[in-house]
Amino acid sequence: MRNRQLIHAPEPHEAFEPRIVAFFCNWCTYLAADLAGTSRMKYAPNVRVIRLMCSGRVDPQFVLDAFAQGADGVLIGGCHPGDCHYQEGNYKALRRYHLLQRVLRQMGIEDDRFRLEWISAAEGDHVRSVINDMVEKVRALGPLQLNGMTEDALEEVAV
Amino acid sequence: MPDTRRPTNGSDTDGIRIGVYVCHCGTNIAGTVDVKAISEYAATLPGVVVARTYKYMCSDPGQALIQQDIRDLRLNRIVVASCSPLLHEPTFRRALDRVGLNPFLLQMVNIREHVSWVHLDKPAATAKTNDLVRGAVRRVARHKPLQKRRVPINPSVLVVGGGIAGIHAALTLADAGKHVYLVEREPTIGGHMAKFDKTFPTLDCAACILTPKMTAVGSHPLITLWTYSEVLKVSGYVGNYRVQVRRKPRYIIEDLCLGCQECITACVYKEGKTRDEFNLGLSKRKPVYLPFPQAVPQKVVIDPETCIEFKSGKCKKTCIEACGERKAIDFKQKESLEEIEVGTIILATGFTTFNAARNAYYGYGRYPNVYTSLEVERLINASGPTSGELVLRDGTRPKAVGIIHCVGSRDANTNRWCSKVCCMYSLKLAHLIKERTGADIFNFYIDMRTPGKGYEEFYDRLLDEGVHFVRGRVAEVTEWAAHPSEKGKLIIRAEDTLAAFVRRIPVDMVVLSVGLEPQPDAQAVRRLFNISCSNEGWFLERHPKLAPVSTFTEGVYIAGACQGPKDIPDTVAQAGAAAAEALALVDAQFVELEPYTAFISEEECSGCKSCIPLCPYQAISFVEEKKKATINEVLCKGCGTCVAGCPSGSIQQNFFEDEEIFDEIEGVLAYA
Repeated sequence: MRNRQLIHAPEPHEAFEPRIVAFFCNWCTYLAADLAGTSRMKYAPNVRVIRLMCSGRVDPQFVLDAFAQGADGVLIGGCHPGDCHYQEGNYKALRRYHLLQRVLRQMGIEDDRFRLEWISAAEGDHVRSVINDMVEKVRALGPLQLNGMTEDALEEVAV
Repeated sequence: MPDTRRPTNGSDTDGIRIGVYVCHCGTNIAGTVDVKAISEYAATLPGVVVARTYKYMCSDPGQALIQQDIRDLRLNRIVVASCSPLLHEPTFRRALDRVGLNPFLLQMVNIREHVSWVHLDKPAATAKTNDLVRGAVRRVARHKPLQKRRVPINPSVLVVGGGIAGIHAALTLADAGKHVYLVEREPTIGGHMAKFDKTFPTLDCAACILTPKMTAVGSHPLITLWTYSEVLKVSGYVGNYRVQVRRKPRYIIEDLCLGCQECITACVYKEGKTRDEFNLGLSKRKPVYLPFPQAVPQKVVIDPETCIEFKSGKCKKTCIEACGERKAIDFKQKESLEEIEVGTIILATGFTTFNAARNAYYGYGRYPNVYTSLEVERLINASGPTSGELVLRDGTRPKAVGIIHCVGSRDANTNRWCSKVCCMYSLKLAHLIKERTGADIFNFYIDMRTPGKGYEEFYDRLLDEGVHFVRGRVAEVTEWAAHPSEKGKLIIRAEDTLAAFVRRIPVDMVVLSVGLEPQPDAQAVRRLFNISCSNEGWFLERHPKLAPVSTFTEGVYIAGACQGPKDIPDTVAQAGAAAAEALALVDAQFVELEPYTAFISEEECSGCKSCIPLCPYQAISFVEEKKKATINEVLCKGCGTCVAGCPSGSIQQNFFEDEEIFDEIEGVLAYA
């Protein structure tokens, strides 16, 4: 087991700004986010993008770890079905997403906090709308509360 | 579950010496992000020895700054916070390499495309940048030195599409001594350009400049030309693609056919009865035909849909009689599949023209004398259905002609883009029609767009020739006569926005200047070759300015109008560029692949085999003796899907190891 301090959310008197970790695939969604940049589209600054080669690389543990470390939401972006640069990694991501969504639900993590989106390299505008939409939904949900859980459960989440 | 990760803080940062470099990118980044605050913050992070900012980190002095620090401060990890890694990761990796630091000990932070260009609030953008930099600093400490893989490259090139782009690219490569496979779907090469009469602005005859190149393709010893063929399957990777090509049966043995066309004369059909595709239905052809007189290859085709022998089996087969000893006709021919191996691929699949019937108010398909521009190209072409005589369907010459620009371009109801070539070809058609018929010509335009060498001058010339120009989008084309003088004419109604009133102009012929669209099967083609399309359906280039003919798939290039509307000079330039890019790759004789492959730790592997079906490339196999899985590094493309799927955590991916990602996650989330 990993020796690590769990990080807790800031004091409640601060205005709540959701923090969302995004895993974007190198070929479609990361490029779409680049395109949103070169097109100077404006969107909410709440998302931290981590680049992976394929959405199929998103280990469910990454998602659990992000929630355990204080993320209020996790977004996965991959290529559209049939468009995966590695043929079918996005299908694997979809499979894992559905399973993980059920696990998270049992832990009391709302569906809106965990999202999978297909965004092609040409869809910079979609990056903007997905991020804005997700930030608003997570903002409405408020900070992720894992405090109700026992320390054991928290440790399990932390892998 | 075994945890192979080392503790994040403490002892392991010993020996790790990180330099953080924050780029201003002029004001691109510094205008929205407080770069100084970021470097000050980065300097406080564990392991960071130095943090600096610079105006343009990618410039020579910027790179020199990093290299100097690597030498002087014995840095062994570098974080560059600047633009997208897709733009400058190779630049900074090379900079590291040149001073002897392994290039993979670098982590880039994308604070331009992902921060400064998309956010307005400076404190929020700066806070986000801090998080990203912290993630990168944590991650880079975990980086390991990696080596790129070198694989030999197959010098052969596949060119898909035999229009002017494909022809030019194929000839360039073949002249450089490379073997080229040119695959064309139609029975002849030549593409759209073969249909044109003259080309703007010089008015050279299209055939005179194109057909010699077509012939050169047909006779080049290093070009394997497969017309009437389509690419079915593509596998492999840069330098080593395997391609399956389907050769449709033309019911003619190509090696035996001399192109004498005696079979066409002898066909039991005395007159053609089938729509002639090459002339866009303006003439009829027989079931056995040559697409056009200068077709390459000069081999006839039999169309099984209309040939009596195929329909009933009871034809007298006069064609076989006429062919005689040559025995080139084979009604039993079957399609064949060819497997080829090539190192690089150039896509030059071209465009299609807008279907004018979609704009119902212009009457195309309803009024016989409304033509598309491409049909008029055939009408005025000396080798066209009327031998170059511009006549209406009833055989009379038009006295007044209206040319409507932007049909299926710059239109919110159809296509928003400017098709770029229509203004110029409309001018060219106006000139040619006037020259042939002396008719009054009215051009209806939104804006005249004539940038290009000699283009504006050509426009000026047309103005001098007395061609009329009306500025305004045409509302409708109608037969309804408001005045006896309009009887039997087509009336064009348009607002003249310069004179500010609505005009009705009666004409005998309407030419719709149709825009360019992606090929209807562009999506299927892009999937086949694993490349991307823009929203409109044009193939997406790697970088709009700096890599205009490359794609995101290494070794696959694009040329011509499949990438976006363009005229012949631009198309030829792109085809040459694509050929040069392919040559540069091929002539290096080997290609370097990113080392992002996955590998299995034998001690951890439980032999459960769950990774094996996850790999679409069959790169994972099971070693029976050891009861362990193993990954073939040559076949692995580095997606990491097996890594995420391994239940025992025994698979890792170079540069994307679990601990690297975990540290990045924790880094971006840790409160400052």
